Amino acid sequence: MTVIEMHDLKKDFTVRVRAGRFRRRKRTVAAVDGIDLTVDRGEMVGYIGPNGAGKSTTLKMLTGILTPSAGTVRVCGLTPVPQRTRLARRIGVVFGQRSQLWWDLPLHESFTLLRHIYRVPAADHAARLARCRSLLDLDDFLDTPVRQLSLGQRMRGEITAALLHGPDVLFLDEPTIGLDVVSKQAVRGFLAELGQGGDVTLMLTTHDLADIERLCRRLVVIDHGHVVHDGTIEALHARYGSRRRLVADLDAPLPASFTLAGASLVASEADGHRVSFTLESTTAAEAVAALMASASVRDLSLVEPDIEDVVARLYASPGDTS
Amino acid sequence: MDRLDAREGVVTFGALARSGFRRWSTYRQATIAGAFTNVVFGFLRCYVILAVAAATAGGLAAGYDAEQLATYVWVGQGLITVVGMWGWTELADRIRTGEVAADLLRPVPPVVSYLAADLGRFGHAMLTRFVPPMVVGAIFFPLYVPHRAGTIPLFLVSVVLGTLVSFAGRFLVNATAYWLHDARGPIGLWTLASGVLAGLYFPLRLLPDWAAVLLYAALPFAGMLQIPADVLTERDGPALQAGLVAVQAVWAAGLLFACARVQKRAESKLVVQGG
Amino acid sequence: MADLRAYGALIGGQFRSIASYRVSFLVEMSSNAMTTALDITTVLVLFGANRSVAGFSLAEALLVASLSSLGFALADMLVGNVDHLKTYVRSGLMDVILVRPLGSLWQLLCMDLPFRKALRVVLALVVLGVAIHLNDVDWTPGRVALLVLSPLAGLVFFGAIFVLSASLAFWWVDSGELGSAFTYGGRDFTSYPVPVYAGWFRAVFAYALGFGFVAYQPALALLGRTDPLGLPAWAGYLSPLVALVAAVVAALVWRAGVRHYRSTGS
Repeated sequence: MTVIEMHDLKKDFTVRVRAGRFRRRKRTVAAVDGIDLTVDRGEMVGYIGPNGAGKSTTLKMLTGILTPSAGTVRVCGLTPVPQRTRLARRIGVVFGQRSQLWWDLPLHESFTLLRHIYRVPAADHAARLARCRSLLDLDDFLDTPVRQLSLGQRMRGEITAALLHGPDVLFLDEPTIGLDVVSKQAVRGFLAELGQGGDVTLMLTTHDLADIERLCRRLVVIDHGHVVHDGTIEALHARYGSRRRLVADLDAPLPASFTLAGASLVASEADGHRVSFTLESTTAAEAVAALMASASVRDLSLVEPDIEDVVARLYASPGDTS
Repeated sequence: MDRLDAREGVVTFGALARSGFRRWSTYRQATIAGAFTNVVFGFLRCYVILAVAAATAGGLAAGYDAEQLATYVWVGQGLITVVGMWGWTELADRIRTGEVAADLLRPVPPVVSYLAADLGRFGHAMLTRFVPPMVVGAIFFPLYVPHRAGTIPLFLVSVVLGTLVSFAGRFLVNATAYWLHDARGPIGLWTLASGVLAGLYFPLRLLPDWAAVLLYAALPFAGMLQIPADVLTERDGPALQAGLVAVQAVWAAGLLFACARVQKRAESKLVVQGG
Repeated sequence: MADLRAYGALIGGQFRSIASYRVSFLVEMSSNAMTTALDITTVLVLFGANRSVAGFSLAEALLVASLSSLGFALADMLVGNVDHLKTYVRSGLMDVILVRPLGSLWQLLCMDLPFRKALRVVLALVVLGVAIHLNDVDWTPGRVALLVLSPLAGLVFFGAIFVLSASLAFWWVDSGELGSAFTYGGRDFTSYPVPVYAGWFRAVFAYALGFGFVAYQPALALLGRTDPLGLPAWAGYLSPLVALVAAVVAALVWRAGVRHYRSTGS
């Protein structure tokens, strides 16, 4: 079942740029420039791109904050802006950089207020809150005013707040930004568990690709308002030619004539005692077996391709989107 | 801390004032919006005061004739932003956030650098916020043209002194943030008092004589609007006209001295308590 | 109306938030009350020197001023904080509000309700009481109804003006103080009998924008005076209607503004 549908979605902003001392020229900037995307129920989608690529703008059109300039968008079968309040009951939104909690009140009061705002039956509210309390360890700071919470504690509160009305879709805009390592782990662990149920669809933007690797099967990369990749992380590696590497520590350097079928030597360190091969058209098992057969191997490791590198290359390549 | 010699001091002061001017000239649209608002209030207050004058025997209210009153209102509208009566919370904000510590590291004393920036703001406001209401006022109402040669220069001196008084007052209420958690109370009181006590809503001489004398001499507020407007409209003879400006000068000097003392106290407190 | 309970909860939350800053609250409440006192003092000073201004006695002028003051104080307390819209946009509060299942304007108002302005309403009520006492009103059921209705109409009218001038920020972010020309300017305009003003300025503010119907026309109807500017006696009873029109316009402009909203940053 399709939960999110965007068809040729566009958002233009007009900006005034200085042209001379007194003149201003109007210029139209396309923040989102024709995005087609569908997301099915229960999917967990990572939505990434460099700063200014249009990630937040897309999210704001999906949640009814911004009116699209062109194209269509449907979320849970609703059109976000005209049906904003109906949609609001079906979705949860977490903004990493803005709070939906009441700054001066104890955390638990924010939850009570949200129960009234969303008109959640008391029993449902209590059950959902109990689940979040145990999974996100909220009990220590439920009575603390939000302004005194650490960022990590606050973010756990924000995620709880977004889930208390039992949304079908959860949008997260930079949910781990600025968090310490422990809090990041807690947030990711919780979201992973949430996604496993298969009922909640999850879409998150992030700069931290570890979030994506931990949580999302599907990765959508946008740049200059266009989708430049949509698929699994593996597909991204395949498309951009990222390979696994075999790194071996040897008792003696390899002879200069040595070759490994289907792999190529990329580095030789420590006077030839440590060598690295990228695996091109061979499996790790075959390569290891071949290497063991012709050299005395003390230790070896297999290095997975680094998504950061791939994405950095993707951002750096000039907008080839045709 | 380095002591700058006099020449360098003047150069630095000029540079700070120029940057104050430039900073305000980037808020072009807000300047237009503000001038429009001043003009609307000019119309409102001008009609009201003229109706009051028309109802008074001989058309003289508190010794001003209709042309003088109209001029009084429009000069007042023009001067609100020039002297900077309202809305300055920069120092209080910097104290609250602790950024003020950076001001103390500079070789220029904070009172001097804030004053320089304020005079830059004054220059910008003189061009953009004083002229438009005066022009509009002159188009729609008969305004008073000064007869005496010395009036215009004296008016300019009076406006500069009014700005100094206003700056020093604002600085002092902002500086309460060094001691209070929240300077909004004192700033709010200043805003409230300055409008009415500076003579923005009505000329102070509509009040009984004893009250008027008290407000002209015993409080600084009249120096911000009332006195410059009195000077330009030649409400009084040359001697009293000059005397009022002298009163302003005394207030300006006294308040600036108080600013320096308060700042010094605050700095030693910051050093002792470590901020 | 289940939504009403939600708004009630929001107001309760706002009240408890404010209660955590008791001292600032008391300081701000008293300085707020003083602004109303100053407005009234200004009227007293200007009219006090004379027997009558533009044909209106001090007592009559006080009735006009107090009707205006009460309507404005109510609107400023309940709706006035909408002029912080620019701050809400910058802080992201506007985004948060838009993803909740309640109307955006009501939510904003409930979440930042300035209780500190309550004392002004009380003060304005007292002044209205004094003004009624000073004038010799020939009470009829219609006039009693008008006395109750016109401050409420003033609330709605000024509320609409507040919303309209705040909505400017959706299109023109640097609109600065422009809005206060109509909000606080409107308050000043309505504090005096309309014949004080003249020419196109009077035509625009009193009739085109409707400010004449906030306090002046109802005051004439209460006093049983004929309008020196020629409007019929029943014009005073138009104030609820004028307020309603203003409210509808404000609601439409706000809606259009929200559609035009650009949000900020990331």
